[in-house]
Amino acid sequence: MNKTINQKAWFFVVPVFVLVAFNAAIPLMTVVNYSFQETFGNNVFAWEGTRWFKQILLSERFHDALGRQIAFTFIILLIQIPLGIGIALTMPKKGWGVPVCLILMSMPLLIPWNVVGAMWNIFALPDIGFLGYSLNAIGFDFNFTQQPGDAWFTTILMDVWHWTSLVVLLSYAGLNSIQPAYYQAAEIDGASRWATFRYIELPKMKKVLTLAILLRFMDSFMIYTEPFVLTGGGPGNATAFLSIDLVKMALGQFDLGPAAAMSLIYFFIVLLVCWVFYSLMMKNEVKS
Amino acid sequence: MKKYKWLVPTLYIIFLMLPIYWLINMSFKTTTEIINTYSLWPREFTTENYVKIFTDSTWYMGYVNSITYTVFNTVISVAAALPAAYAFSRYKFLGDKHLFFWLLTNRMAPPAVFALPFFQFYSSVNLFDTHIAVALSHCLFNIPLAVWILEGFMSAVPKELDETAYVDGYSFNRFFFKIFIPTIAAGIGITMFFCFMFSWVELLLAKTLTATEAKPIAATMTRTASTSGYELGLLAAAGSLTIIPGAIVIYFVRNYIAKGFAMGRV
Repeated sequence: MNKTINQKAWFFVVPVFVLVAFNAAIPLMTVVNYSFQETFGNNVFAWEGTRWFKQILLSERFHDALGRQIAFTFIILLIQIPLGIGIALTMPKKGWGVPVCLILMSMPLLIPWNVVGAMWNIFALPDIGFLGYSLNAIGFDFNFTQQPGDAWFTTILMDVWHWTSLVVLLSYAGLNSIQPAYYQAAEIDGASRWATFRYIELPKMKKVLTLAILLRFMDSFMIYTEPFVLTGGGPGNATAFLSIDLVKMALGQFDLGPAAAMSLIYFFIVLLVCWVFYSLMMKNEVKS
Repeated sequence: MKKYKWLVPTLYIIFLMLPIYWLINMSFKTTTEIINTYSLWPREFTTENYVKIFTDSTWYMGYVNSITYTVFNTVISVAAALPAAYAFSRYKFLGDKHLFFWLLTNRMAPPAVFALPFFQFYSSVNLFDTHIAVALSHCLFNIPLAVWILEGFMSAVPKELDETAYVDGYSFNRFFFKIFIPTIAAGIGITMFFCFMFSWVELLLAKTLTATEAKPIAATMTRTASTSGYELGLLAAAGSLTIIPGAIVIYFVRNYIAKGFAMGRV
């Protein structure tokens, strides 16, 4: 759409600008403030320069948390994106099945995150939970509160349960926007199922899939409540992802300086990846 | 192969429903039964967990608080986002692209980063432990989202609609409220759904910004679990009840969900 230049449009944006700035800029300045100083309580501060940043960037604790975070995000993307596309491809296109699928599949998205954690905790307990009990009954030695591998398995399964539907809904919408003419053309050409997917459906879904990856990256990189309730970051530090580690440092140990420096580094990483994604998305939009 | 296509979504839905069933199953059991026996359905069916929640004000007020700030947030977010989205979809102005990306960056900020400064900030302006504090803090991620979705819907409306209305002598306000808003009603519905959803499920900020007066149900659950032993039955009942508002909202927007996603925005 060709837009008219109108500087007065700023007046329309003012309420949003004020509300978000009030919520983002002021707290962010507090964080920046802390990250360069040492606090002694009673509002006494001393300038520390970049000491906290160096300390965090060189600390093994941060490297470990970041490593766990990247591994987690990578694994869930690898599972959720193909699974989501697969389910969307097999969903009914019309009839009573459509609303039933949409409503039931959206359910996990609307459950408060700590309830998701509590639900999976109960579900996976080895003695009284369906998942834990069944796994033990068929011969696995499963106990997510004690074995790091099992804790990872449960956390990933929980995230797949929680968020795959988002990918499904997005892909489904992308598929629905394809005109029937494309399929008819493919049929006339005698295209195989795979070729139809590869050359018609996948390119048409490119935009929504980029969005799905972007959203899943952002949200899984910030994940806090669910693993906190499910495993509390344990056993040991096995599932202590970045946010969990950060809250432990800021509110648990009250190390404000290092915690603030870590917040900024953390935010910067998310921002950087999202910016790359956003630029790619916009480039695609301009092309199409 | 086509014949068995329905199997995939069916299996997926069963996988989705299992933990939910388990939660509901637990909520109808007594605590002793939960701890001592493993059973696929409640042997001694009891509703005492639910009775306790509906009679104890610390419990049911949690729901009232959560719904209150969620509704506040949805109204504030959509009301503020409507004119802004209109501006982004119709006009070019100084710094528009940068502003749009800056808005989105707030959707990317990990809430854990903001928890402590929010606590200090809202305490210093005497808004700590109020519904409005939580509603305002959730604007951080909901307003960018609302602007993003609404902008998508508005850009799909041809600009000729605006121009025709002006030619017909409509003032801006009359056009915006009488013609434009009804045109994008579905989009507003979707936006409200997403704002409601993200405000309803968020806990970290809601918990940080409240103590007693505005405490969300999700926080009530964590507190009760730690103080009065591990009352799994009660916890399960409270958890099961948190699913209901979401289910109601989904039911209302069911026909629009796919359409909303089809705009390519979330």
